[in-house]
Amino acid sequence: MLTRLLSNDFPRSRVLAVLLLAVLLGLAFAPFVFPGVKALNVAAKVLVFVVLVASFDLLLGYTGIVSFAHTMFFGIGAYGVAIASTSMGPTWSALGVGLLVSLAVSFLLALTIGLFSLRVRAIFFAMITLAVATAFLTLASQLSDFTGGDDGLTFKVPALLSPAFEFAEEPFLGVSLDGRLLCYYLLFVVALVLVLALLRIVNSPFGRVLQAIRENEFRAEAIGYRVVVYRTTSSILSALFATLAGAMLALWLRYNGPDTSLSFEIMLDVLLIVVIGGMGTIYGAAIGSALFLVAQSYLQDLLKFGSEAAAGLPWMAALLSPDRWLLWLGVLYVLSVYYFPTGVVGRLRAAANPKAASH
Amino acid sequence: MKNLDFDWKPLALVPLLALAVLPFIGSGSTWLTLTVAGLAMGMIIFIIASGLTLVFGLMDVLNFGHGVFIALGAFVATSVLGGMADWTGSQELWRNFVAVLPAMVVAMLVAGAVGLAFERFLVRPVYGQHLKQILITVGGAIIGEELIKVVWGPEQIPLPLPEAMRGSLFIGDAAISKYRLIAVAVGLLVFGVLAWTLGRTKIGLLIRAGVQDREMVESLGYRIKRLFVGVFVVGSALAGLGGVMWGLFQQNVVPQMGAQVNVLIFIVIIIGGLGSTGGALIGALLVGLTANYTGFLVPKAALFSNIALMVAVLLWRPQGFFPVTNR
Repeated sequence: MLTRLLSNDFPRSRVLAVLLLAVLLGLAFAPFVFPGVKALNVAAKVLVFVVLVASFDLLLGYTGIVSFAHTMFFGIGAYGVAIASTSMGPTWSALGVGLLVSLAVSFLLALTIGLFSLRVRAIFFAMITLAVATAFLTLASQLSDFTGGDDGLTFKVPALLSPAFEFAEEPFLGVSLDGRLLCYYLLFVVALVLVLALLRIVNSPFGRVLQAIRENEFRAEAIGYRVVVYRTTSSILSALFATLAGAMLALWLRYNGPDTSLSFEIMLDVLLIVVIGGMGTIYGAAIGSALFLVAQSYLQDLLKFGSEAAAGLPWMAALLSPDRWLLWLGVLYVLSVYYFPTGVVGRLRAAANPKAASH
Repeated sequence: MKNLDFDWKPLALVPLLALAVLPFIGSGSTWLTLTVAGLAMGMIIFIIASGLTLVFGLMDVLNFGHGVFIALGAFVATSVLGGMADWTGSQELWRNFVAVLPAMVVAMLVAGAVGLAFERFLVRPVYGQHLKQILITVGGAIIGEELIKVVWGPEQIPLPLPEAMRGSLFIGDAAISKYRLIAVAVGLLVFGVLAWTLGRTKIGLLIRAGVQDREMVESLGYRIKRLFVGVFVVGSALAGLGGVMWGLFQQNVVPQMGAQVNVLIFIVIIIGGLGSTGGALIGALLVGLTANYTGFLVPKAALFSNIALMVAVLLWRPQGFFPVTNR
């Protein structure tokens, strides 16, 4: 049962298994264990990012493709839900239509980018995706009739998922049983299913071919695999999962704008999380997202503390200002690419199984 | 002789494009204004892109942090020019040049020095590993941008043009801004020096040979490694110069400008063929022209004109105009 569920890809490290279980249980009981609006928002964001980062890992970690257009697909999913809900009202059919349309758009875009980029050198791909993503971001801010421009779109979700809907008078364990809670658990189930699906994909024969391409493109082609087809399929799959993650985000926030789902900073966050969690391991996405988002949400508080302590030294205070938290993440990121290239998951697996580490 | 088999087709694209849009614009003087403005903007884009084509194409380093040096150059220029208000405010052109020249030199020196540190601490350990180069230099770009915010603050800073460089000259009805003429002169100078150094000097010969067959050149006793560090520093310094030109063109600078121009210069060097100075020049001129023409004809599509141009060029020549190497 568990073997089938995890597609025979076990954590292969006791510490990792414990960590994963802690993340899973923490997310499952987050509304009851961590009280407060901020904590629940962080937990919901972790759910969204687990899916987003895992989908990016399919591309970066398993296929070895660097794309900067991943947030574009994330944004398409979020805008799909937002635009459909704005124009059709807060109904389930609006959600369905928004989701289907955005999946179709993502599919076509990923196919176009994939097929086009096959004609050019591999290293052009990263640059081309960066250009396309930037153009898309500007397009989203310019088409204000449609996307709400820079202000974005605030919309309502079906009554069942909104905070106004209460299905029990009495709070349970101090938590009011309302639509917000239902929405959280909807995201939880969707995220779990999607991550397990991604695990299934990377451990299928298809996923093995992707890894072969990552390791040596020339040999994979020589064995008889059409590298082109596999790469394009991988980028399409990854785009579709990112679209679903975007829809999850919009559903939770009941808002979407360019900065929320399309900005380049989210792309950087995703890159960071993949590297910190461990490239080429779907589990790394879960561990990395939980670590990163909790750190991101509370690092600014920590920096505020630091900069007040260093108030006597203006330079130090400027460096430790809470607004400069990205600087420290950047340093952390560079250091982890150098000294921690296999990420948390790779390290833990290597520690648990020293012989197999150098596979 | 290299010039005998010179590939003239990409070069012919520039006048062809200019002539092809003439009927759509109609008025001859408007067309002249747009064309000169486009060519001048192309020259500025060439200056900011010229450094990257060396680093990308010749050293094979996928530097996604190049924009930081551009922003750095522009910010250094705000500090230098800010301290020379007497000279920039003067109505006499030569005094303005005396102010802008040190700003350019200091910007190039600072960007080059930071480039040296960037190469030493970030790029050197990851030569030959493209994936890691992208990840590391993206990290470097984040750090650089944040450090600029620490030094100069996160806000936009004005970088006004010196007095005598403002305004336009008139040829008939066509207005041509003075600063754009200066940009053309600087761009031609940069192109000339680069083309001469790479094509006519011994250092250029060694660099080109090192790109083709590094081990062979090293076995002849030349230190390719040191030479390539020099290429990186020159590339960064050129980015600093480009930052000054771009900042003066926009008349203000923001810490995010590096990330903003990244896309533009990537498009230029992809079109040109990585590592080719001439390709980058033609690519930049085409980008500048299309941006100005579409900005006039269909303003909404101006943003996508660059990408459409890139797609069209790559469908014609997947390796760019003048591919230098076969990597």
